[in-house]
Amino acid sequence: MNRPDSSADPGAAAREATAADSESSAADSGSTADGVDDADREPLVVVDGLEKHYPVRSGVLRRRTGTVRAVDGVSFAIERGEALGLIGESGSGKSTVAETLLHLQEPTGGTVRFDGRPVGDGGDGVDDLRRRTAMVFQDPSSSLDPRTTAGESAAEPLRVRGVARRRRRERVATLFERVGLTADHRDRYPHELSGGQKRRVGIARALALDPAFVVLDEPTAALDVSVQAEILDLLADLRDAFDLSMLFISHDVSVVRRACDRVAVLYAGEVVETGPTGAVLDDPAHPYTRALAAAVPTPDPRADRPRHSLSGAVPDPADPPDGCRFHTRCPEVIPPEDADLTSAEYGAVIDLRVDLADGEVGLDRLRTRVDGADADSLARALRAEYDLPDPDGDAGRALSAAVDEAVVGDDAAAVRRIREAFGSPCVRENPERGEGDRSSACHLPPE
Amino acid sequence: MRDLRTQFPTVEGTVRAVDGVSFDVYPGETVCLVGESGSGKTVACESIARLVDPPGEVVDGEVRFDDRDLLACAERDLRAVRGDRIAYVFQDPQRSLDPVYTVGEQVTEAVGYHRDVDGAAARERAVDLLDRVGLPNPAARADEYPHQLSGGMKQRVAIATALAGDPDLLIADEPTTALDVTIQAQILDLFADLGDEEGLATLFVTHDLGVVAGIADRVVVMYAGRVMERGSVTRVFERPAHPYIRGLLDSLPGRGGERIGGEPPDPLDPPAGCRFHPRCPHAVGECRSGDGPPLHGVDGGGEAACVFHDGVRDSTVVEAGPEPRSERDPTHDADTSTCGADGGPR
Ligand code: SF4
Ligand code: SF4
Repeated sequence: MNRPDSSADPGAAAREATAADSESSAADSGSTADGVDDADREPLVVVDGLEKHYPVRSGVLRRRTGTVRAVDGVSFAIERGEALGLIGESGSGKSTVAETLLHLQEPTGGTVRFDGRPVGDGGDGVDDLRRRTAMVFQDPSSSLDPRTTAGESAAEPLRVRGVARRRRRERVATLFERVGLTADHRDRYPHELSGGQKRRVGIARALALDPAFVVLDEPTAALDVSVQAEILDLLADLRDAFDLSMLFISHDVSVVRRACDRVAVLYAGEVVETGPTGAVLDDPAHPYTRALAAAVPTPDPRADRPRHSLSGAVPDPADPPDGCRFHTRCPEVIPPEDADLTSAEYGAVIDLRVDLADGEVGLDRLRTRVDGADADSLARALRAEYDLPDPDGDAGRALSAAVDEAVVGDDAAAVRRIREAFGSPCVRENPERGEGDRSSACHLPPE
Repeated sequence: MRDLRTQFPTVEGTVRAVDGVSFDVYPGETVCLVGESGSGKTVACESIARLVDPPGEVVDGEVRFDDRDLLACAERDLRAVRGDRIAYVFQDPQRSLDPVYTVGEQVTEAVGYHRDVDGAAARERAVDLLDRVGLPNPAARADEYPHQLSGGMKQRVAIATALAGDPDLLIADEPTTALDVTIQAQILDLFADLGDEEGLATLFVTHDLGVVAGIADRVVVMYAGRVMERGSVTRVFERPAHPYIRGLLDSLPGRGGERIGGEPPDPLDPPAGCRFHPRCPHAVGECRSGDGPPLHGVDGGGEAACVFHDGVRDSTVVEAGPEPRSERDPTHDADTSTCGADGGPR
């Protein structure tokens, strides 16, 4: 492929490449699959079992006492010309996925392949990946130097490459036109540009070296809706024109819906669901995706706002829950086989267990609420606080015993008792995500 | 609020951030102030309790609160109102929290400031407030510092601080913008509860129309320092009168309508006439000069500031207005080739 300095038109090289690709694929479709080079068929980016663990050290000797599982076995692929959205709440590991994928941080496990070649392990795959990847960051003010004009900022990657001044100017002129800026914008400083224009400068700069892959971290955060829509349209145009593969990292479900072909939903360092964007967001298979999609406010004043939205936040990656990592918040958690409980009731028991384990129950506060400080009224207050169920049989007896233990401060015993008496596949085993175009990691039978 | 004007002198000229803005908030209701950045929505609500940072200055208008003009009263009286009767919650909870004190100390101090109670009682009330705003295990969390809490929890603490004086009016400026949708939903639930249970009036500033639809009773739409439209949330969302809010609604995913092109005007040099005219698909000659159309009543309640709502022409005229597409396509029935609002799903 042409290097950018050989062409003043950012599109030329990419267009040539695209034309060549489509010719060859047209030829391929006529021949048998055997004759096809692997590199042509493999998606541009293939991430398999990506892992980033950090040691937790404590004490004077800085001994390793635990592991933060920021990214824990993430797999996905991005086809040429495809946009994949990575969504999840803060703390889900989205940015760490991007950084380890690009080897800005060394992954502790898993493999990344770029354009058919492995990245890492001393090969030159990393260089290839970096050379042909561009990033668009969420806050353009931090990536644009306030004392540098927009034109110089966009030309920076070219300057670093040693492209001559006149070439740079020509190239920036083309790039600016491509992203909807005028020549007049080239001499402006960041403070003289609107939020949308700054994003466009960032995008022009990202395109300067003719990338094949663009990673966008919250590319439209803090933009107004109308401007946000324009930027997303622009990115879609550029993707088509240059056959770019894109990875969108966003916590904004509506951005991903608008901009991406496929989506991967990340929770506590794991991909819990992936598939075509419309299918996943309109008909989510995983309870977490369902909750996430339902939390997006709908612009219909007559619609009921979903009450009892997902409570709590993503668990601490240094101490992820056993079994399914979402079980501590899952509104659809599978109740124990032998107890007569709804998911919500079981959820209340799990909340109590989690708080006991974290020492977060706050008995003192409960004491101020009840008149008599005797164990019975405290137990009643604890039950009321967590809205605990009162199941029949063994489960009911076990829960009562656990509550009694909690009331006298024996949290560990209470946790153990709840764990033993209230088992469920969700607590015992982390569900596997299946293979295929559409997959979800949940023990619930598919609908 | 009546005809409020707030200006910022800059080296390059005067920015009329808020330029003749009027609206009301009744007890117990939630009014959403909607607009893009630079619309003046934040400055308008900061002007209510004279919180505008110098050199910004409220140069004209009136803010009546309980029959008192807050803009005319002495700073001392105002201080009593601020925090006690009117409390603020900002987008960045950091703005109301001090990193060097525990959250319990801060809420306790806020309680002590507004109420004549001893330390223990203030502390107890503080923990009650933290519990009220849904901070898990409030008694223990009270001893933590802001940096130990997540963004959502910090915002809860900021709300607890705001509630310490039992305010009548809570002014919340984009309080959920920086949060995840799940946490945003939790905080919006909290605001809804506070309105229902404590009869608190809320002025909620946001750019997110989904949030508006979820919590507002009434809506005030601002653009370039002026009010473009006011009305009940159902009327404004279902029958938007002003082309600007129609365009905003059409920009939403799933609506598939025509969206607004261009960007908001330069605050130093807003366009003459209707400030929206450079981006308005319906603009006609009279939109481009003068001081801009005043607010006029619209069908279904509320007001809009558009020349097509001056009582002479009715809203159907707007919809058949100078829409370029229908001009180019003479076979197209002018009545149905309306601006995108009608094309979107209802
Ligand atoms: S495995 Fe269980 S806890 Fe996890 S998402 Fe499925 S139902 Fe919920
Ligand atoms: S007054 Fe004119 S420019 Fe302004 S919104 Fe109405 S039609 Fe558009």
